[in-house]
Amino acid sequence: MAIPVIYNFRSVRARWTSAIVAVLGIAGTVGVFVAMLSLARGFRATLVSSGAYDNAIIMRAGATSEMMSGVSLDSMKIIQDEPGVARVNGEPVVTSEVVVVAPFPLRETGTDANVQVRGVSANVLTVRRNVKIVDGRMFQPGLSELVVGHYARDSYSGLTVGRKVNFGGGEWTVVGIFDAGGSAFDSEVWCDSRILQDVYKRPNNIFQSVTVHLSSPDAFQAFKDAISKDPRLDVDVSREIDYYAKQSQAMTRLITFLGGLVAVVMGIGAIFGALNTMYSAVSERGREIAVMRALGFSAIAVVFSFLIEALLISLVGGAVGCVAVLPLNGFTTGAMNWQTFSHMAFAFSITPDLLVGGIIFALAMGVAGGLLPAIHAAVRPIATALRSL
Amino acid sequence: MKFAGIIFANLLRKKVRLLLTLGSFAVALFLFAFLAVVRYAFTGGADLADAHRLVTINRTSIIQPIPLSYRDKILGIPGVRRVTHDNWFGGMDPENQREVYPELIVPDDQWNVFLKDRQGAIAGAATAKRFGWKIGDRIPIKTTIYGGGAWEFNLDGIYHGKRPQDDETQFWFQWDYFEEKVPDRFKGLIGWYTVQLDSPDSAVRVAKTIDQDFLNSPYETKTETESAFAQGWVKQFGNIEFLILVIGSVVFFTLLLVTGNTMAISVRERTGELAILKAIGFKDGSILFLVLAEALTIALFGGILGLGLAELAMPVLSNALSGMLPNLILSKTMLAAGLGFAVFVGACSGVLPGIGAMRLRVVEAFRRI
Repeated sequence: MAIPVIYNFRSVRARWTSAIVAVLGIAGTVGVFVAMLSLARGFRATLVSSGAYDNAIIMRAGATSEMMSGVSLDSMKIIQDEPGVARVNGEPVVTSEVVVVAPFPLRETGTDANVQVRGVSANVLTVRRNVKIVDGRMFQPGLSELVVGHYARDSYSGLTVGRKVNFGGGEWTVVGIFDAGGSAFDSEVWCDSRILQDVYKRPNNIFQSVTVHLSSPDAFQAFKDAISKDPRLDVDVSREIDYYAKQSQAMTRLITFLGGLVAVVMGIGAIFGALNTMYSAVSERGREIAVMRALGFSAIAVVFSFLIEALLISLVGGAVGCVAVLPLNGFTTGAMNWQTFSHMAFAFSITPDLLVGGIIFALAMGVAGGLLPAIHAAVRPIATALRSL
Repeated sequence: MKFAGIIFANLLRKKVRLLLTLGSFAVALFLFAFLAVVRYAFTGGADLADAHRLVTINRTSIIQPIPLSYRDKILGIPGVRRVTHDNWFGGMDPENQREVYPELIVPDDQWNVFLKDRQGAIAGAATAKRFGWKIGDRIPIKTTIYGGGAWEFNLDGIYHGKRPQDDETQFWFQWDYFEEKVPDRFKGLIGWYTVQLDSPDSAVRVAKTIDQDFLNSPYETKTETESAFAQGWVKQFGNIEFLILVIGSVVFFTLLLVTGNTMAISVRERTGELAILKAIGFKDGSILFLVLAEALTIALFGGILGLGLAELAMPVLSNALSGMLPNLILSKTMLAAGLGFAVFVGACSGVLPGIGAMRLRVVEAFRRI
């Protein structure tokens, strides 16, 4: 026969200080675990959402980021005539881009951080369909006008509509704000690529990347094959989404590794704490347990009961930890994207599966911390236990 | 010390509990060391900076070049001892590089071979190890920025940092070779200057003079001390310090709760004995001392255990993270701070139960049993 669960509730209540200590230990561990993973998730989600599945990005062969790539105007003209490129009114939907960084003061600290400035073709909004102008208007080709991602506007001072800013030796006017759906573009500043080349004294016939909109997502393979077979081109083609996913790898790996290590080590500490709590409970309750065994509850029932108690404590701990970090969801923070030397805003992203992961982690700590003391409690000879007190 | 016997006897009373508490301390101190090392890896560059050095970059951003012709003008400013120039790929000024970075040591014989070798290169020890290069190797490197197929280098030397934290990942080669190979539009342009000063006191004046000299030119400059330059990078990382502080505090409070609770339980279990000690004449102070000494002993041993483990684990972690973070080094200051932290937590966890035991009234305690 099983020992009623109400016994466990009462016993937790009777030893509430120890129980709270165990709960907080587990809560802290689960909180750090979930927070670190959500940071990595957020960083990755921001970069991945930048790329579209039906866009392809073309860079110089071997280049791992736009910063170190170069594609000539001649190549670009060949690329836009390849099969698979979407056309609107007969014109290919292609943007050839120049990417530089420029320092702007962060609102938070007042110190400069590098903002990625992207020179784009005038039709960029037909290539990147998730980008919408939400305030002001698009820049006019040929003028030194800027449109600014809404994270960039919020992160740096001086990037609001109507303001004039200086960088790269030119004076620019902010004419619009765009929303790119929480992607990395939201931390960027866009302008006409020709003007940017002039201001940064770069040759007018070299771009860093070319992004094409495909006539359909399935057209990618044919497009890629056509380009790799073309002897005039020495470029790499990837789906835009894959390119951005790859960029997030290093940072995501670093955060996951550091966060995972901290969570595992803290988890070991929390198991020690739970073991301590449960062992104390067992030793304080020696006579109670012996009485229950004498009444006819089996050793299994005692193990089970103690395990329930440990799981109860860890479940509460896990839930507290998850609830404590929940407010972080959507909280934006910034970090350096090493691939582009620029600062990128992203949000903590706490998804249901992370929370479930946190609770499972908590329960695992409960089992690890409760099983040994439970067995210890069950196997003590009844007569000795009754006599010892 | 005459109480050492009783303290140890009390410690060993519940061996499982002792092990668990020691373990909690060890885990916490391990984490402490790890967090301290990671924090240092992110922010330590500023501490390493040499106050004699300024960094001059293009005002627009570090990815924009500046002309080589600025070199002589900078050298003419009073207070400037030497100037060297570098670029991202690794081309540098062989005449001054070694003098401007005295902490990066290249043996003289290797350096002399390098000077005479147009395609010569010097690699940092970490980079050489990463790719398995030995001196004398011929190394082809393909550039994505400058094009022109593979560039061929001869590895003539390997430099080592004077301090373990120094950056050993650079790759240097002759500026002339760089100029010869790059397309025309990159010729005569360098990445950044490092200016060595006669005295750190003139840093502000020299930095201002450099930037003013090139104001309104097509390539305006921004000159900072090396330390400010390094801090600028750190700030862009985002709030690593804050993150580590938060995790550190969570660890700290959890540990305090766990050990405080354990001490409280073990004192509670021993109420009878403590009452007997008092009854036979032990003073209040001695009782407090006994409890505190027990907590501190656990803290100290647990702390040493954790820091020892961290010391052992650091080379492994450093390897696992190589390429992502600079060398992870556990310094003596961190070890000392860790021990201090352990003792502090030990004292905190022992003080409440200790005071409880001290205030214990003998008559009541006996009645309770």
